[in-house]
Amino acid sequence: MKDILTQLNPVFDHRNRLGIMSILAVNDWVDYGTLKELLNLTDGNLASHMKPLEAAEYVEYRKQFVGRRPQTTYAATAAGKTAFKAHLDALEAMLKFGKDI
Amino acid sequence: MNDSQQHLEHLAEMRSLMERSTRFLSLSGLSGVWAGCCALVGAFFVRNYLELQFLGGNNATDLLYDRSGQSSNAGLGYETTLVLAALIVLVTALAGGWFFTARKARQRGERVWESSSRRLLWALLLPLTTGGIFCLALLYWNLIAFLAPATLVFYGLALLNGSKYTLGDVGSLGLLQIGLGLIGMFFPGRGLELWAIGFGVLHILYGGWMYYKYDR
Repeated sequence: MKDILTQLNPVFDHRNRLGIMSILAVNDWVDYGTLKELLNLTDGNLASHMKPLEAAEYVEYRKQFVGRRPQTTYAATAAGKTAFKAHLDALEAMLKFGKDI
Repeated sequence: MNDSQQHLEHLAEMRSLMERSTRFLSLSGLSGVWAGCCALVGAFFVRNYLELQFLGGNNATDLLYDRSGQSSNAGLGYETTLVLAALIVLVTALAGGWFFTARKARQRGERVWESSSRRLLWALLLPLTTGGIFCLALLYWNLIAFLAPATLVFYGLALLNGSKYTLGDVGSLGLLQIGLGLIGMFFPGRGLELWAIGFGVLHILYGGWMYYKYDR
């Protein structure tokens, strides 16, 4: 049991961060507004959860102009996708064990 | 145990986010039923029109592929009437389809115009435009008999392509349309009937079923 717990990634230890990674895992580039809407978060909330993911280099972003308005779009990096998958595997294993306990 | 309960909730939420961020799920079954009704009315009109136009008494649809000489009657040529009828059916079907889908999106508290619906539209438009131009070429070379089956095939391909971005059932509807279209290629005299089955009956059946499954 201890082994599995150590495999759970602390960076993903929040439902909003799991949400961000879920969306980015199945989409190429997603803009800030869409993320905010899908996750039902405020600006500040989304930004604060994005920070640790950026720091771990699990997500990358680019800024561009759409018309005159700046727009930030996000994508998961290869490292981010690998880490996310490992986290999901660990969760799965834990839930399986959890049933036996 | 409490902990795993929470993890399970997170997993369910993640699955829903993955689904919602890639697929446009507000597509209403009623849109399909409406499109089917428009198609049936259109097909009925075209059939009657052809019978009136060529009062030979034989099977009117035979004329669709066995035509010699120019359209005889005064007024609109029959190609023009066919294209006009097709366009009216298309516009009415799309307008009604938009109405029902927009209504469902509103009820679900989602926007109609968002990234997943834009992607869906693109996936549909590319094969549809190709098919449209292909049909114009058929019309240009007077290959009227292949018009109805060709619209079925390209529409089916468009649905199959679009099904990645909306409810998966749309894909099997696409396969059926392609099948009908291919059959039609070998039975040119039956084009209109097959068209009415594909665009009319199948739309109504699928739309009704999807309405029953997702919308209620």
